[in-house]
Order: sequence, then structure tokens, then C-alpha cells
Amino acid sequence: MAKRIDVSDLNVYYGGFKAVEGVTMTVEPRSVTAFIGPSGCGKSTFLRTLNRMHEVTPGGRVEGKVMLDDQDLYASSVDPVAVRRTVGMVFQRPNPFPTMSIYDNVAAGLRLNGVKGRKKLDEVVEKSLQGANLWKEVKDRLGKPGAGLSGGQQQRLCIARAIAVEPQVLLMDEPCSALDPISTLAIEDLIGELKSKYTIVIVTHNMQQAARVSDRTAFFNLAATGKPGKLVEIDDTQRIFNNPSVKATEDYISGRFG
Amino acid sequence: MSSVTGVSLADETPGPHGSAPLSGDGAGTGRLGDRLFGGAAKGAGLLVIALVTLVGVFLLWQAIPALARNDANFLTSREWSVDGAHPRFGIVELLWTTVTVSAIAMLIAVPVGVAVALFITQYAPAWLSRPAASLIDLLAAVPSIVYGIWGLRTFGPVFEPVQGFLQHTLGWIPLFTGAGISGGSTILFVGIVLAIMVLPIVTALSREVFAQTPVTHKEGALALGATRWEMIRTAVLPFGKPGIISASMLGLGRALGETIAVTIILSTLPDGAKWTWSLLNGGETFASRIANNAAEFDTPQKAGAFIAAGLVLFVLTFVVNAIARVVIERRKAFSE
Ligand SMILES: Nc1ncnc2c1ncn2[C@@H]1O[C@H](COP(=O)(O)OP(=O)(O)OP(=O)(O)O)[C@@H](O)[C@H]1O
Ligand SMILES: [Mg+2]
Repeated sequence: MAKRIDVSDLNVYYGGFKAVEGVTMTVEPRSVTAFIGPSGCGKSTFLRTLNRMHEVTPGGRVEGKVMLDDQDLYASSVDPVAVRRTVGMVFQRPNPFPTMSIYDNVAAGLRLNGVKGRKKLDEVVEKSLQGANLWKEVKDRLGKPGAGLSGGQQQRLCIARAIAVEPQVLLMDEPCSALDPISTLAIEDLIGELKSKYTIVIVTHNMQQAARVSDRTAFFNLAATGKPGKLVEIDDTQRIFNNPSVKATEDYISGRFG
Repeated sequence: MSSVTGVSLADETPGPHGSAPLSGDGAGTGRLGDRLFGGAAKGAGLLVIALVTLVGVFLLWQAIPALARNDANFLTSREWSVDGAHPRFGIVELLWTTVTVSAIAMLIAVPVGVAVALFITQYAPAWLSRPAASLIDLLAAVPSIVYGIWGLRTFGPVFEPVQGFLQHTLGWIPLFTGAGISGGSTILFVGIVLAIMVLPIVTALSREVFAQTPVTHKEGALALGATRWEMIRTAVLPFGKPGIISASMLGLGRALGETIAVTIILSTLPDGAKWTWSLLNGGETFASRIANNAAEFDTPQKAGAFIAAGLVLFVLTFVVNAIARVVIERRKAFSE
């Protein structure tokens, strides 16, 4: 199910402002790829181009090419809605739908896809919540509001919601930055389990986290504020952390950074 | 949203090694400011409650003597003679007209207003949405008399054929039997004019709440592969629901109490006219009957009878608002 992502020479703009320039990379299926880099270098911006969420921002547009296996994401015949059903996303701040119950939150994506049968929904909701390691904690209160859970539980609820529609790729933008260390570990474990089924891309500011969860790491940087962010290098995580080929990467990772 | 009280814990926290607890140094306006503002807010709240109660008590005070002398059943009688030692008056016709006129107005204004607000906030490009929003705000400021005259002179004649058509094709339904009212001065037509008057209120308020929908909710829906309309259904409408209800209540308040436009447009019925359920009939609302007869409030008894009618309108508005509050409260757990 998991798919490979091939990005070639991608520029991203907000109106007239070029936020990301010339990114070329391959994201391997069934693996975790981490994006690291200083604030404002365009990690989120680039991540959002992988499921065309950048189009939601007024003025957001791209030049270049993103291939999902052999499908061009930006081909004129491709519907962004279909792209987002294939490439799911988890956000920095947990964002369960506040007016919906836990059950309805997980079922939301399926209902959008026209699944109606109660049995099928029950089945997928349980499977997804189990997949997100949340089932045990919430199985007795599926009808309660999703916003009543703790932050870490809410984030796992959002992951359950995302995997309920069985995407091929899961994008996560700093999914643990609003969470405590225990919840963070829970989600890192979860990422480790999910990678056997999905292609996962995670943005993180936490070096240890990148080292713990990812197979490959991409380092982004920007020359100066107001300049576009660029991909400096992407390589096996082991290599990036022990013996990177670019000096700036080493400086950033070891904390020796301007 | 969690409530932030602004009370700081530091004031009572004991210092280290058993030293004296930290106490406020009296500098800054923190505590005093809290108390002043809290007092002012509480005072304003109490004032509003007191005013509403006083209005109610005043109306009752004026109405009770007339009601005591009323020989007819105030709630079920269709008669309205308020003179003499044995007045007979009841409000059932006024209630029917007021409620149907307002119901028609809301049935049209709420869906259309919400749709327009959604268009302005979610679909329209920026260059269009701003002027459109201001235009609608402007419409809310047009005085009722203008709507009244426009309805009677311009829109009424245009609407008359529609009315004829309804009567012709749907006349077998009691709601659409002909009642011989010409020139569009019917309950149905007044309802439509009221809808137009209420529309800007509903639109303007709904637009405000829809525009406040947190981006994270909208993006959550879009990232699941929701189309624009599905995103609106999963994120914008649930978030805006309490706002839509409040907007509708404000609109309904205006429709129930609207006086001048209704008085100008709606045909009054002669005494003893036959009761019909028809929307193509004339009639009077609470407000329009009071306005039509304002010249003859010369005795306390007459005035009292009309005030009793006004009191029913007051209670009606109050009940509708209470129901809306209950609806909003019931969903509260789901709207953090
Ligand atoms: N909606 C927007 N409109 C205009 N410019 C934006 C928008 N969002 C981000 N930018 C700009 O694009 C650049 C990249 O921002 P982005 O949010 O992608 O950085 P980031 O690497 O994710 O940073 P962080 O680590 O702080 O999340 C920044 O210069 C930012 O100011
Ligand atoms: Mg970011």
C-alpha cells in the first residue's frame, strides 16, 4: 500500500515570496523520513506540498514535480481532494473536530468516503483506535467529545482519524511538540509500528526524536531570513547524525549554529 | 475554551524555609482592577435583569384591570371590543398572524442568510467578499418604513400573480385558499417582506461566526480529503451553529415585533370576518394592531387591553429565546 514519493526541483511560493527553492528528494516507502532544520526554513511549507494542502493557503503555489509512485500529484487531471485521501496529515496542534464524539472523529473520513454501514464503521473505528494505541483508554467512552481527551490522547485520536481512511502516506508536522514526554514516547512507538504499512514523513525540532524514529533524515536550511529555504542534504539517519557530508548539517545537529 | 480567571496563585504561596508567605505589595492595579471590572460587569448584568423585570411588571400592572373586566376568554377569543363596562377581547387571531408571519420570514431568511454568509466567507474571492459584506451590513440599517412602502408599492404588485397562481394550483390546501385580498397585502406576502428585512441581520451575524472558524478545524477536514462543501459541513457549520441560532433569534425578535412595515402592508380584516387558515388572508399582528389603534388609548381600560396583547408578545419572544438558550447549552460539552 505504501508509496514512494519523488520530488524534483520543487519551488514553493506564498504570493510573490519564494519560501522553498529547488528541492529534489526521494522518500522511500515503508520507512520514516524526518525533516529537520531551523525555524522558518520551510519544512512545514514543503511538507504541505506533498498532499497539496499548500493550496488551502491564499497565494500558495508550486513549481516543479511531485510523483507518488507513477502518479504526478500536480497533473491537471488530479483532484486535490483525491490526493488528500491518499496522503494523510497530522498537525502540530491536535485538532479533533470539537463538536464530534470520539467515535465520529475517527469515522469522519470514512463518512466522507460514503461508508455508511454501522458494522463496517464500528470495525474500522476499533481497528484505527487500536492502530493508534488509544482503544484501551477510550473504548468505554466513544460517545464522549473528542475535545475532552488529554492533549496526547487527542493527538493519537487525530492519528487514528488519519489512518482510518487507509492512506498510502502519512505526513506529520511536529506531532509531539505540544505533548509531554510520556505521550511523546507513546507516539514515537506508534510511528515505529505504523511504518510497516505506511510511508511516513515527520517534521521535528527534536534531534533525539529524529534519531530515534527515522530511517532517513533531510536537513533544510536557509541562507538568511527572507531568502528561500533549501534542502541541504538527505541521507540515512545514521549517517546524518554521525558523519554528515555537509558541514552545516553537523553544526546544526551538534548545536553549533548561528 | 478553558476559562482564565486571571487570579494569580502567588499571593498565598508560602515562601521557602518557612519564611512569611508572599503577599501582594499593593503595587499595580491588578487586584483592584479585577474587583472594579468584576463589579461593573455584575452591575451591568443585574441592571439588564432589573430592566426586563420592570418592563414585565409595568405591562402586567397596566393590563390586569382590563383583563379582570374582560368577559371573553383572553387566550381563545377572536373578538376585540375594548370599550364599555363589558369589554370582550382575545388574542387568538393576533397570535396566529404574528406567528405565521414570523415563521414564514424565518423559513426563508435563515437558510438564505446562512447560504449567503457561507458564500461570502468560504467561496467568494477576497475582492468580492468585502464589498458584499459591507453591502449587507448597509441593508441591515435601512429603516422599516422603507421596506414597508417598497413592499406595498413596488414588490406587492409584482407578487400578486404569484399569489394568484398559488391560490389556483394549491387552493385545495387550507393554507392557500383564496380570501379575496388583493394587491399582495396578505400574510404570506408580509412574511416574505419580513424575510427580506431579517436577512441582513442573519447574514451579518452568521458571517461573523463563520469567519472565526479556527483554521485548524478547517485544515483537519480538508486533510482528510473533504471537498469544500464537506469541510463546511464538518468544520464551519458545527462551529457556527450557536451563532446561527443566536442570529436567528435576533432576526425572529425583529420579525415578531416589526410594526410599521406590517401595518402598512397587511390588510386588516373587518369585524366578524370568517376564520380561515389561509396565508392568503389579511389580518393583524400584535404590533400592527397596537399601531393601528394607537390613536384611541384614551381610557386605562382600552390601553390595558392593548398592553395585555403586548405582554403576550413579550412572553412569546422570551420563550423563543429561552428555547434557543437550551439548545445551545445542550451542545456545550461538544463545543470546547
Ligand atoms: N501562510 C503564509 N503566508 C506567507 N508566508 C508564509 C506562510 N506560512 C509560512 N510562510 C513563510 O514561509 C517560510 C517558511 O515557513 P514554514 O512555516 O514552512 O517554516 P518551518 O520550517 O515549518 O518553521 P517552524 O520550524 O518554525 O515550523 C517562512 O519565512 C514563513 O514566514
Ligand atoms: Mg513548521
